[in-house]
Amino acid sequence: MSQVDSHLIEFLLRQGDNPLILGHRTSEWCGHAPALEEDIALANTALDLIGQTQLWLSYAAEVEGGGRSNNDLAFLRDVYDFRNVLMVEVPNEDFARTMVRQFLFDAFQVPWLTTLQASSDQRVSDIAIKSLKEALYHLERSSDTVIALGDGTELSNDRMQTALNYLWPYSGEFFGEDDTDKAMEKRDIAPLPVSIRETWNSTVSSTLDTANLIAPSDPFAHSGGRTGVRHTEHLGHLLATMQTLQRSHPGAQW
Amino acid sequence: MNTTAVTVSQVWQWLGEIPDPEIPVISIVDLGVVRDVSVQENKVSVVITPTYSGCPAMREITEHITKELTSRGFEDVNLETRIAPAWTTDWMSATGKAKLESYGIAAPQAKGSPNRCPQCKSTDVEKISQFGSTPCKAQWRCTDCLEPFEYFKCI
Repeated sequence: MSQVDSHLIEFLLRQGDNPLILGHRTSEWCGHAPALEEDIALANTALDLIGQTQLWLSYAAEVEGGGRSNNDLAFLRDVYDFRNVLMVEVPNEDFARTMVRQFLFDAFQVPWLTTLQASSDQRVSDIAIKSLKEALYHLERSSDTVIALGDGTELSNDRMQTALNYLWPYSGEFFGEDDTDKAMEKRDIAPLPVSIRETWNSTVSSTLDTANLIAPSDPFAHSGGRTGVRHTEHLGHLLATMQTLQRSHPGAQW
Repeated sequence: MNTTAVTVSQVWQWLGEIPDPEIPVISIVDLGVVRDVSVQENKVSVVITPTYSGCPAMREITEHITKELTSRGFEDVNLETRIAPAWTTDWMSATGKAKLESYGIAAPQAKGSPNRCPQCKSTDVEKISQFGSTPCKAQWRCTDCLEPFEYFKCI
């Protein structure tokens, strides 16, 4: 029996779980957004993210080789099997937090997927090329919105700054590093996430400057999501909703 | 029906009559989602690619292709979805772009914004929202005739 490539599976779950959980959170706005155009934009962003998830989790399931599908991975795993960063699972709270989070995430995804295009793993490269087109478009919209609301009224600026202060300690986890990251780097599948930190910093600081928002200076960073060691209390509630059909009717199909 | 005499170009022609489920004025061939066709006696293989990774129309497109080619006599219709090379609006045919505009949807432009209002042809247009009724479109407005219109995003 050949050995299961556990580092590659772990890496692929991290790539797939981030857009899955963020996509679900974003989809919670459907029918509730402050304006029809925003409602449509959020739903379309969620759709792109969930589409990207299908690509990553399909590949994860193939590498795993245990007969599970991408749907099984999305709907039949529990909290501690998920490998998304904590930032994407925290509640939406308001439109400000939703858009600041989307921006911080997009500012990471764009340089990250850009480097993954050159992955030694052809499938990883193909998925990155496909996803990057969508991520670039998301970043354009989220940075425009962060600027419009940050540099808007006193109230909108205050709401955006509050959101930024809340989310900032969750941003350091993007750049986590463990044995899986080192294994991916060694095999030229993916660089260490810290290698794009400067690019992220520069995108974020220039947008925040224009938006009249101030990044907190405390370097503290929450972690535990991308390794699965410690998720927030919110992920369980999210999964209870997202997985309700499979929990009530195991094995149900369209 | 015997399919032994069916040529690849005949299959392309049939596929060119299948409308896109979300923008029925153009065909799936005009849209550039059909990437390859091969025919071997009673067997036909078609390669398709999604416009956006989460495009909800892919399942329907797959069903339409299978139904069309089965009705043309093929016993074995093999469909493969490929994401590489990634779909681009460059693959949309000139016919497709012209059909879009006459339908009221501005065609994709390399500069990233529509070059004119599909209704009155004025070049004074402004963006309403980066997204529209489907993942592939954005909402714009003409500042001359004041009509809102959809713009097919360029990717």
